[in-house]
Amino acid sequence: MRAAQKLETPPIPREVLLRLYREMVRLRTLDERMMTLQRQGRVGFYGACTGQEAATLASAIALEASDWIFPALREGGAMLLRGFPLVPYLCQIFGNAGDETKGRQMPSHMASRSVNQVSWSSCIGTQLPQAVGAAMAARIKGDRTVIAAYLGDGATSEGDFHVAMNFAGVFKAPVVFICQNNHWAISVPTAKQTASESIAVKAVAYGFPGVKVDGNDTVAVYRAVKEAVDRARSGGGPTLVECETYRIGAHSSSDDPTRYRDEREVEQWKKRDPLELLRSRLQAWGLWTARQEDELRAQVLEEVNGAIAEAEKKPDPPRESLFDDVYANVPWSLREQREELLASPPAARAKPSP
Amino acid sequence: MPAWNIIQAVNDALRIEMRRDPRVVVMGEDVGRFGGVFRATVGLIEEFGPDRVIDTPLAESGIIGAAIGMAMYGLRPVPEIQFSDFIFPAFDQIVNELAKLRYRSGGQYAAPVVIRTPVGGGIKGGHYHSQSPEALFIHTPGLQIIHPSNPFDAKGLLISAIRQDDPVIFMEPKRVYRAARGEVPEGEYTVPIGQANVAREGRGMTVIAWGAMFHEALQAVEQAEDLDAELIDLRTLWPLDIETLVRSVRKTGRCAIVQEAPRTCGFAAEISALIQERCFTSLEAPIARITGWDTPFPYTLESEYLPLAPRILGALRELKAYEA
Repeated sequence: MRAAQKLETPPIPREVLLRLYREMVRLRTLDERMMTLQRQGRVGFYGACTGQEAATLASAIALEASDWIFPALREGGAMLLRGFPLVPYLCQIFGNAGDETKGRQMPSHMASRSVNQVSWSSCIGTQLPQAVGAAMAARIKGDRTVIAAYLGDGATSEGDFHVAMNFAGVFKAPVVFICQNNHWAISVPTAKQTASESIAVKAVAYGFPGVKVDGNDTVAVYRAVKEAVDRARSGGGPTLVECETYRIGAHSSSDDPTRYRDEREVEQWKKRDPLELLRSRLQAWGLWTARQEDELRAQVLEEVNGAIAEAEKKPDPPRESLFDDVYANVPWSLREQREELLASPPAARAKPSP
Repeated sequence: MPAWNIIQAVNDALRIEMRRDPRVVVMGEDVGRFGGVFRATVGLIEEFGPDRVIDTPLAESGIIGAAIGMAMYGLRPVPEIQFSDFIFPAFDQIVNELAKLRYRSGGQYAAPVVIRTPVGGGIKGGHYHSQSPEALFIHTPGLQIIHPSNPFDAKGLLISAIRQDDPVIFMEPKRVYRAARGEVPEGEYTVPIGQANVAREGRGMTVIAWGAMFHEALQAVEQAEDLDAELIDLRTLWPLDIETLVRSVRKTGRCAIVQEAPRTCGFAAEISALIQERCFTSLEAPIARITGWDTPFPYTLESEYLPLAPRILGALRELKAYEA
């Protein structure tokens, strides 16, 4: 992977690289702003992607628009890459009426059918058997859709991971498991999740390839995932891609990593910041200048701040919407409860906890 | 019309829906080549092939998890959980995922999954082939729970379940899988979800039952014409047909609920609360619950555990005799 840096020309199309870099910078900026807003009490919770932008976005860009993503906590940014607008994305974080998912979930649980990024729960690993099911369905229907199933290193300890891997292998499902091994599942290091020599090696037992890549190397991630996606699409079955990366920030806005990990480790990984790595290569290839960098940073900050201002203005979802979408049709029991709620005074809205 | 048992009715419903709608797939442990341990899916793989009748690895969370993904992608999976006692590895997928998908996605995604599973005891199955876990699922917003007692309802309700867009737990009373026989029309017909059946009219008391215990309740009320009992077969547990229950209890003034599951926090408790909220001034006696005991399901003493006809009859006589 180091060798790639010495190449005189980019090994993947330059428009892909440039688009990726812009999206990585935008996501980094967005995460920084969201963590600030969270500390200001304007956002209830946030799970940043910082340090993992290459693993998230370079994998997602290897998919076609018709492919589906089953995300975990830190892949919301893939929606933006796939064309989802920033304002409704932020409305999900604010949980307001502009949120397509109607303020029903915590921040960082966004989903939109418009970009084939599905709804997920906070329960670790549950999306994996579902992703395999979607892949089986695509195969049964004769579609060429590939399913990307994201997970963290912690999720590999869950039963659902093993069940999903097993189903994927048995049914040769067109699914690519993308594990963001960021070394920490909240406070538990990867060495305490597994005694395997890697996460990738686990695929061997399920009868399909597992590959480990430098998850901070944009080119390496793209190539590995693209190869896996192409194989899945052509009927070659599943792949597990382990992207070795690092969670530079806290697990979430509710976490304090200084209590369990050595800051020197963080400093070491900051030297391998995926944005810095990609920028220096773009510059070496003559694809990027300092002026372009300044312009991009300013443009992205303006875009993000403008979108925050617009999104934050939106009201809460209406009270009565509480009872919608439990079922396709509202049953008598929920009609009664809705009347009961509407007859009671509106509750004071709980402020997001800092 | 042929006289069929419940297994034949379920099998026929699956076949009809699979012929009608290519999105319908059947999946689970032993459902393909073997046709299911109770033979409910027999012959389907021969007609529809292994892509639509899927023998899965032995992992309930995988069966339900994969079914959810399939449904999100546009199929209509009908997974089988071989015994409802084995449903708990999939509990997270059912309660946290399947039930909440429509809500949490703001209506963008739905999972029309119909989980078929045999429930109940009385077959010498011990703890792990006998439980009746309906209350756990009724307590979960987003699920519908159907529990027919006879072949006609089983076929009509299963067809209804497969044709609508929300998840269903379709509980089949294994104790009477073969014993409950009845005439079943050929071809397609539906029984609406959410409608109870007044199986026997009366004015003396209302007896509410479902599944295998419906047959015990029927035996009890038929033995005691003097009780003049109105017997209601719920058929769908949730959404409950509260109107039919209220109409009956306002007429009779007395109500007994027969439930095979353990008593505490069982569905009979919720039915009882709903009826007293709506029928308080009509009630002439406390609502009686005739249930399984708050113990794990026993092996040797299963007939002592189950609320069988003699115990039901005794409780109904007490209910009749009650004077405030």
